[in-house]
Amino acid sequence: MRRKALPLVVVYAFVTVSLGAQTGQLNLGRSPSPDEIRERDITVLPDGTGLPVGKGGASDGEIIYRDKCANCHGVNGEGNRPVGQALVGGIGTLGSPNPVKTIGSYWPYATSVWDYIHRAMPYNEPGSLSADETYAVTAYLLFRNGIIQRNAALTQENLAKVHMPNRDGFVPDSRPDVGKTAKTSQSPK
Amino acid sequence: MTGSQSRRRFLGATAALGASLAGAARDIWGQAAAQLGAPLRPYGDRSPFERAVRKSLRTVTFPGTGSTETPLQDLYGTITPSSLHFERHHAGVPSIDPEKHELLIHGLVERPLVFNLEELKRLRFVSRIQFIECSGNSAAELTGQPGINPQQTAGLLSCSEWTGVLLSTLLREAGLKPKARWVLAEGADASRLGRSIPIAKALDDVIVAYGQNGEAVRPEQGYPLRLVVPGWEGNVSIKWLRRLHVIDQPAMTKDEAASYTDLLPNGKAWKFSFVMEAKSIVTSPAGGQQLNGPGFYEISGLAWSGRARVVAVEVSTDNGKKWQRAELQEPVLEKSLVRFRLPWNWDGKEAVIGSRCIDQTGYVQPLREQLVASRGTQAVDHYNGIKWWRLQNDGALTHA
Repeated sequence: MRRKALPLVVVYAFVTVSLGAQTGQLNLGRSPSPDEIRERDITVLPDGTGLPVGKGGASDGEIIYRDKCANCHGVNGEGNRPVGQALVGGIGTLGSPNPVKTIGSYWPYATSVWDYIHRAMPYNEPGSLSADETYAVTAYLLFRNGIIQRNAALTQENLAKVHMPNRDGFVPDSRPDVGKTAKTSQSPK
Repeated sequence: MTGSQSRRRFLGATAALGASLAGAARDIWGQAAAQLGAPLRPYGDRSPFERAVRKSLRTVTFPGTGSTETPLQDLYGTITPSSLHFERHHAGVPSIDPEKHELLIHGLVERPLVFNLEELKRLRFVSRIQFIECSGNSAAELTGQPGINPQQTAGLLSCSEWTGVLLSTLLREAGLKPKARWVLAEGADASRLGRSIPIAKALDDVIVAYGQNGEAVRPEQGYPLRLVVPGWEGNVSIKWLRRLHVIDQPAMTKDEAASYTDLLPNGKAWKFSFVMEAKSIVTSPAGGQQLNGPGFYEISGLAWSGRARVVAVEVSTDNGKKWQRAELQEPVLEKSLVRFRLPWNWDGKEAVIGSRCIDQTGYVQPLREQLVASRGTQAVDHYNGIKWWRLQNDGALTHA
């Protein structure tokens, strides 16, 4: 792979050197080829940037989920503590004394679901699901949470448009919320 | 006679000589002087008499996922030995060959770059002493299962001298484009843990570290390369660092979108609550210890703040009725652990001992009750309430 990209690397190295000369760079590190960057870049942004082409629906996702996810997360996504967290339910509970935080009730972006499955799941075989399988499992989980229809297929085009129930549930960190008012024996310098 | 036989015979003779020299009065002076010590060795270990270890306080469901806590009560000074640095992993500790490891910097930069370790070590480096605290440190204090000793109470906290390249140096090498706002850092562990860091912090004091306390970063701490984000929740100090993606918006990975947020009583949650606020803990006398009768003791502990320099630590032995200023051991470094101490004569009566940290912003470490009143009991991360130890009149110490 890298050998094939060698001519490009040479071109890039030349560009780097000339830019470096202009801006006083140290000229350390090598310039990766666009292919190399593409291969390593798995970032998915909430606006959908970075999602690979693919398609998957809840019915296919259910089969994969039962096979690869249910062991830890429960047959119906109800969780299997302490092994796996609940993925389904809890919508409307966040302000109650016993909030249940799941993908459905808490997560603000559907892209985060796709990205996490793709990065880190299944726990014992991370990175083993194809793009289509990842769309399918995401679709199944969103369907089980009542967020999309069973027959809806998720793709790179529509995933970021899914409206998650808790999309507006997050506010900026407002600390220090306490700690400024306590009386001290001496005021700090 | 083989070499090992002769050595054994020699050692036997030496032991006999030692025994005869020591005679009937085998005091420690005689024994030490009369026996040959252990041979030289290429990599040292502590005395076999030392017992301090990291402990996992929660059920470990998968061997590679969970945390172990630093035995704060057994440490001196402010540096955590690398072997006792707390652990928090999400998918085990990867084994990485440094010869094959690379760091990719790409996205909204003029020149995407790939660095290997050798090249990184040629760049200008810094060595800085910084604490790292897990955002979930002391969560059980909030939820009502208070720790019985300092390790259980606040052991997801460690402090090291980190050596590496400032992230700002690398970003300058790559050249930021005008739309650059965040840097997504990604690890090479099985969960490929990723966190987005605002560009202002990335250009401030973040270190891409290959050194920890004078040697290579330990595998559990991110060997061969990790991020150190001073003063911020440990989760963003990405270990096994392999990729830095400069972007115009946060990636909203699972950890920043959901896991490391703080759910408040009204159902809303804080996002990007990065800073670890001022906090302290008395490590001696502390829960799990036993005082040997009334008399002189030095109250000692650790204080830190992720927001600003620690300017004072106050200690109370009467459950907060009166506070006294402790002495701070120099040097007091920003976003580092600070050791405090206060000479004290215990009169043998029951006492309730605690400390509070004050930082340069004027922030005073709050009581648990203040935190609960403001945030409820679901915001388990970033807990920094005052910890009280009850000293009974028999000298035993417990959580108060």
